[in-house]
Amino acid sequence: MRTAIIVFPGSNRERDMVMALRRSFGSDPVMVWHKDTELPDVDLIVVPGGFSYGDYLRAGAMGAHSPVMRTVKERADKGVPVLGVCNGFQILTEAGLLPGALMRNAGLKFVCKNVHLRVETAQSVFTSGYADGQTIAVPVAHNDGNYFADDTTLDRLEDRGLVAFRYVDETGSESDAANPNGSRRNIAGIFNDTKTVLGLMPHPEDAIDPLHGGTDGRGLFDGLARALA
Amino acid sequence: MSIPNVAITPEVVAEHGLSEDEYQVLLKIMGREPNITELGIFSVMWSEHCSYKSSKRWLKTLPTEGPCVIQGPGENAGVIDIGDGLAAIFKIESHNHPSFIEPYQGAATGVGGILRDVFTMGARPIANLNALRFGSPDHPKTRHLVHGVVAGIGGYGNCVGVPTVAGEVNFHPAYNGNILVNAMTVGLARTDRIFYSAAAGPGNAVVYVGAKTGRDGIHGATMASAEFSEDSEEKRPTVQVGDPFTEKLLIEACLELMQKDCIIAIQDMGAAGLTSSSVEMAGKGGLGIELDLDKVPVRETGMTAYEIMLSESQERMLMIIRPESEAEAKAVFDKWDLDFAVIGTVTETGRIVLKKDGAVQADIPVGPLVTEAPEYDRPHVPSPKRPVIAAADVPAPDSLTGPLARLLECPDMASRRWIWEQYDHLVMGDTMIRPGADSGVVRVQDTDRGLALTVDCTPRYCLADPETGGAHAVVETWRNITAVGGRPLAVTNNLNFGNPQKPEIMGQIVGAVAGMGAACRALDYPVVSGNVSLYNETEGQAILPTPVIGGVGLIDDVHKLCTPALKAAGETLVAIGQPADRTDGWLGASLYLREIEGREEGAPPPLDLAAERRTGDLVRGLIRDGRVSACHDVGDGGLLVAVAEMALAARGLGATLEVPTAALAHAWCFGEDQGRYVVATSDAGGVLAAAAAAGVPAMTVGAVTADGDLTVGAGDLISVETLRRRHEAWLPDYMAGGA
Repeated sequence: MRTAIIVFPGSNRERDMVMALRRSFGSDPVMVWHKDTELPDVDLIVVPGGFSYGDYLRAGAMGAHSPVMRTVKERADKGVPVLGVCNGFQILTEAGLLPGALMRNAGLKFVCKNVHLRVETAQSVFTSGYADGQTIAVPVAHNDGNYFADDTTLDRLEDRGLVAFRYVDETGSESDAANPNGSRRNIAGIFNDTKTVLGLMPHPEDAIDPLHGGTDGRGLFDGLARALA
Repeated sequence: MSIPNVAITPEVVAEHGLSEDEYQVLLKIMGREPNITELGIFSVMWSEHCSYKSSKRWLKTLPTEGPCVIQGPGENAGVIDIGDGLAAIFKIESHNHPSFIEPYQGAATGVGGILRDVFTMGARPIANLNALRFGSPDHPKTRHLVHGVVAGIGGYGNCVGVPTVAGEVNFHPAYNGNILVNAMTVGLARTDRIFYSAAAGPGNAVVYVGAKTGRDGIHGATMASAEFSEDSEEKRPTVQVGDPFTEKLLIEACLELMQKDCIIAIQDMGAAGLTSSSVEMAGKGGLGIELDLDKVPVRETGMTAYEIMLSESQERMLMIIRPESEAEAKAVFDKWDLDFAVIGTVTETGRIVLKKDGAVQADIPVGPLVTEAPEYDRPHVPSPKRPVIAAADVPAPDSLTGPLARLLECPDMASRRWIWEQYDHLVMGDTMIRPGADSGVVRVQDTDRGLALTVDCTPRYCLADPETGGAHAVVETWRNITAVGGRPLAVTNNLNFGNPQKPEIMGQIVGAVAGMGAACRALDYPVVSGNVSLYNETEGQAILPTPVIGGVGLIDDVHKLCTPALKAAGETLVAIGQPADRTDGWLGASLYLREIEGREEGAPPPLDLAAERRTGDLVRGLIRDGRVSACHDVGDGGLLVAVAEMALAARGLGATLEVPTAALAHAWCFGEDQGRYVVATSDAGGVLAAAAAAGVPAMTVGAVTADGDLTVGAGDLISVETLRRRHEAWLPDYMAGGA
């Protein structure tokens, strides 16, 4: 199995992602520079966190127009799983691979802390390592994680089971207090129609080692490795 | 364009911050009247900020050598050997004056500058820290300044992707007109791939990389070398503007190029920009440099030589490379979309020669410019010794938990969560201890080792007794590293003081440096880098003396880290360093005296450096051997506050603190006697025996409980959740405008 991480100017969580992929997949990902138009044959493409192009214009807006993203879209269309975390999620929405947009946090401040997520469905290559409804603890670290989409889009996402993760409290209940950024309907991560593209704001890659303070992020990568094997 | 025809009048010389005597030295060096560009170059090179002219004499007395030291002060940052072929490279630097004038950009560019100091030497930055001082919370500017500084630090550090893992914040009216923003960066490099700044090899190319040069920040170093007055805000144009995205690219490009064999020397352009970088590189190499300023990438038209040389535009570096490496080096910077321009050559002349528009704009001998920089032995008077305040003379409160809650919610002690949640403290995936503990800890990637990092200073001690306060700042970092299980290795220091031309301020500097030196020597804890910020005064009002220490320690095994959080009910709390027969505590200059009694008085607690070392070595051994489950040093607010913080760091646990019947309870609980740690253990007998064997006093002081209450003595209790609410509420409430 091979994985690839797309590196943009300003990506900064690619190292974290390398550690997570290495641990679960047993091999190092291929690092693909954003100007490359060639993407090796891989089983998983990851768009990592960071500040691609300094978040200038809009978070993810310029990254979405990098040469490599055309290829990423083609692969996604063929069903190759694509995971976008944080800035990666922003890029995937800007690139039209996922619906909606990530706006400035409702609190108007960058927020870095642990949050709880409810796994809305374990029926996907990304979430098969979890149980339906399981509550996991992982950190967030972002300035623009406030997920927005119109009601029609949100209803559609819900009806089709395309909400992957929601912000909840430690007992698994949705509340405003558990929502770190004002995301509509507490949405932390969503799938595309075929559930082969996942975007989420939190960082499961920073919760894979007991020394991180928790290992709840492992489920995502371990599940992916098993599902893609 | 020719040389601007500005007459060099005494007023122009004075505006450049040069004294009459200094100007006479300049004339002797030049052998003629300088032009305005040359005057500008002397001005910034001889500014307090760049020349350390008031402090150098005293800085030389600090211990800077030790078995781990690879590079002490004098380079961009200090370098220590941490074993396995790796070096930790670190430095702290102030950005006080700009941050007061424009808090967001001032703080942001402070972070950018210190990052460059570290990656210039070949290190990948792996952690940021900051030490902040603001004025009274009641002062109308404070909220705005806190907001801007925190957002600026986060805005820069988060974007470049370096975790901010520790810091400290104080509020005091003495900082109303001069806040302090001290930023520290720690990086890692291979010991055989460390880059220095001395130019070498006449004929080699001088290369400019990074962002373009604009008119921002001209005379920033001079601004940082004068007192503020009412019109200081007019200096806003001298504050630089940061671009963390360009910095991130610059880090990656420089580190990529450093993998190749191209770079002879490299230096970032910080204070005094192209001037100090080129002069320092030439000076250290004993060579000359000739620059063609028409080749400098600029973002504005019509810039003069003066402006180009004094600009403090950010995210720029100067390198010396072999001419044959030019294409290879340029390809790296092209990849990262950064400017790369050969702007000059290294020469044998020993002179810095600047050309523009076909004319020589400046021609200065580098040697004397550097070596004949002024150095003063300014008059100094020691701070008057304060009387020792007897604990018995401090009124006893009605309860102990009441003052405890007040201390935990006072501005200097309240939770800093509102701040550090705005800093990405997790990026890079190696943060092992997050902000809020004694030290932040980052793992050395792909190993089981880590670095314990902390910044500390207690300005009220420094004001009370600069020598004790200076020593205390060193010891505090040493203790904080020890408390997580680290071996303290070396420090960087940031000396923040008022106007050194006032003998009492100079006395504070002399005292603090003496104390610092004594502590560093006693603990084998050398100073490897640092920064001095003077003239932190407004309308004659100086800041508290604030010699901040940044400490770096090594964690041999990250699996054996210790944190302050209590882990299990039923364990015993042992105070190590606490004599069993002590019946009171040191309340002079304490937080309790200030916050509860409203008195900023008294001599600070004395330090016994030999005892500190014995106690710390014992605690570190107990942690290494897994004999304690939690550890916290006793600092501000004393023993009761320390125990409360250990309960606050846990969830759902409580603790008891047993006050000896013979004790003066409030002094025993809140006294700030030095050299103490509280540990939680399931083997109190063993811990006490180990302490006895090491000749360290220790006593059982309480227990960890499951009831979620903090119980002091017989029945004086408060729930930990109540304490938590009050501890957590102050800062967010204040920032929301409520407090």
